[in-house]
Amino acid sequence: MLTISGIREGVVLDHIQAGKSMEIYRLLGLGKMDCTVAIIKNAKSNKLGRKDIIKIEGSMDNLDLDILGYIDHHITVNVIRDDAIIEKKRLSLPDKLVNVIRCKNPRCITSIEPGLPQIFYLSDRKSERYRCRYCDEKHE
Amino acid sequence: MRHLISPLDFSVSEIERLLSLASDIGKNRPKYAHACDGKKLAVLFYEPSTRTRLSFESAMLNLGGSVLGFSSADSSSAAKGESVSDTIRVISCYADICAIRHPKEGAALVAASKSSIPVINAGDGGHQHPTQTLTDLLTIHSLKGKLGNLTVGLCGDLKFGRTVHSLIHALIRYPGIRFVLISPPELRIPDYIRENFLDAAGIEYRETTDLDDAMEELDILYMTRVQKERFFNEEDYIRMKDCYILDAEKMKRAKPDMYVLHPLPRVNEISVEVDDDPRAAYFRQAQYGVYVRMALILTLLEVNCLC
Repeated sequence: MLTISGIREGVVLDHIQAGKSMEIYRLLGLGKMDCTVAIIKNAKSNKLGRKDIIKIEGSMDNLDLDILGYIDHHITVNVIRDDAIIEKKRLSLPDKLVNVIRCKNPRCITSIEPGLPQIFYLSDRKSERYRCRYCDEKHE
Repeated sequence: MRHLISPLDFSVSEIERLLSLASDIGKNRPKYAHACDGKKLAVLFYEPSTRTRLSFESAMLNLGGSVLGFSSADSSSAAKGESVSDTIRVISCYADICAIRHPKEGAALVAASKSSIPVINAGDGGHQHPTQTLTDLLTIHSLKGKLGNLTVGLCGDLKFGRTVHSLIHALIRYPGIRFVLISPPELRIPDYIRENFLDAAGIEYRETTDLDDAMEELDILYMTRVQKERFFNEEDYIRMKDCYILDAEKMKRAKPDMYVLHPLPRVNEISVEVDDDPRAAYFRQAQYGVYVRMALILTLLEVNCLC
């Protein structure tokens, strides 16, 4: 059995949909951070069958929960201090996303204007649909 | 500082004040002849337009102000690759207010975010055209005496027709509004309009491909042109361009107090024989467009007319 040690201080992202951990790693910019990261793929889960887990050692004050909420708001965020879980953060779909996804509408100003932030707003929470702030085109 | 990017940038009461001012301008034009003396309007038109640009220019000149700008992207720094953000920062140094038309959706919003003068969206691609909407509201209000409790037929290119999108945006705020959306299946209203506005506000509407069938129930018929410039494929344009033609025969089925509006220019979608019908209101609509743009310029420049 694969064993990965626990962490003293940091964050454990649990219940990640199997196969999504690398996308989260990339979007959170974990590769650029000076911290220890363990990615566990395809772990057995009573709840999901299979799941991914990311363990991040170190201070995570700047963790962008909006991105996590967008990718999968069912992810459990466990905040660890002194080897114990001190907080379980709830995620929700953010009302606004900045520079997380890109508009693919060729008629949108974002297709030609340099340096423009890619802004999307949540247009329908039920269907989890986001639309471009500039052209209102939905993100597929 | 206020901008006008979407019809919803103004509340219902602000629109009422604007329409009331526009009506007064229509009745008492000399009173406003010097209201904008010394003020400059920049017209930044990145794509061709006759009536919208000239309507803005006429509006500012009628107010005693002056106008500068360009009428195509080729004659602007856009041809050299300048961004909208940079252009508006520069224009802010030259003018007191600006009207921008751009083929890309959201361009006016970008301009407003970087501008230090009021920005008016004069059309951004197939997205929004709020000053046409204000014109349409003034026309409907002047002809019908109200903006609520009306059945409005929207016919033609409902997919790329920005005037239609903006008009729906604005009218759903009035009680008793009902829409009949008449288009070929390929040019149906975009789903964000259906989802975010019609369904979200619980507005009654039906979609049909049959103009004949809808005529009898309408209080207003808003015709639109199938716009060649919005198609990537010319074959699609040719197939759909003449899908609806309003003629005298169809007008016989309409109510005696039903009015026909069109943002113009028209091509074939309204037969010239309809022009003589007193219910044809599209040329009066163009005149209302000047009054409403005058009212808008005064409002955004916060000019208090003590005339």
